[in-house]
Amino acid sequence: MRWFWMDRYTAFESGKRAQAIKAITRSEEHLSDHFPGYPVMPIALVIEGMAQAAGVLIHQYYGFSKKIVLGKIPRLAFTDVDLVPGDILIYDIEVDYIRDEGSMVSVQVHRDGKQIAEGAIVFAHLGEEYADQPLYGAGDLDNLVRAFGVFDVGVSADGKPLADPSLTRE
Amino acid sequence: MASEQEIFEQVREVLVDALAVDEDEVSMESTLVDDLGAESIDLLDIVFQLEKKFNIKINRGELIPTEKLDDPQYVQEGKLTEAGLAMLKEALPSADLETFSQNPVIQNLAKVLAVRDLVYLVSTKLG
Repeated sequence: MRWFWMDRYTAFESGKRAQAIKAITRSEEHLSDHFPGYPVMPIALVIEGMAQAAGVLIHQYYGFSKKIVLGKIPRLAFTDVDLVPGDILIYDIEVDYIRDEGSMVSVQVHRDGKQIAEGAIVFAHLGEEYADQPLYGAGDLDNLVRAFGVFDVGVSADGKPLADPSLTRE
Repeated sequence: MASEQEIFEQVREVLVDALAVDEDEVSMESTLVDDLGAESIDLLDIVFQLEKKFNIKINRGELIPTEKLDDPQYVQEGKLTEAGLAMLKEALPSADLETFSQNPVIQNLAKVLAVRDLVYLVSTKLG
């Protein structure tokens, strides 16, 4: 099982930008212990959600053919870390650079219309030497991308709806 | 046109930010890997930040000519050949290759990069 720290995309423009939401719910198991009687979403998981939302954006740009891994977080600052059940986090991601060897995105997090975090993430794009080390099991990536709503809200750089490649793959 | 010193000061700002080093640790002769602790992913971050700061484009291979390392003319048994060293000297004219040339294994290639090489690269881009 993988842990996912974003729920779905609300906007997705291939290779350019995306917006994703994460609704914090009391039934998330770790909130029983973090902290007893005072559930607060761990900031590490917010960062993971930002990286997942941004990573799929980069991944889609390459037709899900490259291995995209989080390389570095060169800049990140939170102005509020008191994130509790019932809060809805909005992750806004903008692609700053995208190259064969790597990419960099800017990310902002808002809650109730107020910005609570801002930063940047650098992704490394792994080369052919990692071709025999799949990051996902068979079909897992297709399911993940569909569940995130990439093909519900996604558009290409010229504004056309994104097609689900798993439907046409032989 | 910006002077070498002005470019150095801006490159230093990038390095202080990207590598979390103190300003006084960064000199023209500092090597990125051994002296400033850069890892490979940092080089990507540095390239992106330099592009943004100077409004330039640094293409893949301009910092380290990695695409040529598959060529047996330049690399044999994991080491740069004489032709490979000549190619490297041409690609990185500002680099000090004396130590590297004594044992030119490609794993150590990134270690030749120094601050002056970034300053040189930016200077040539700015014309």
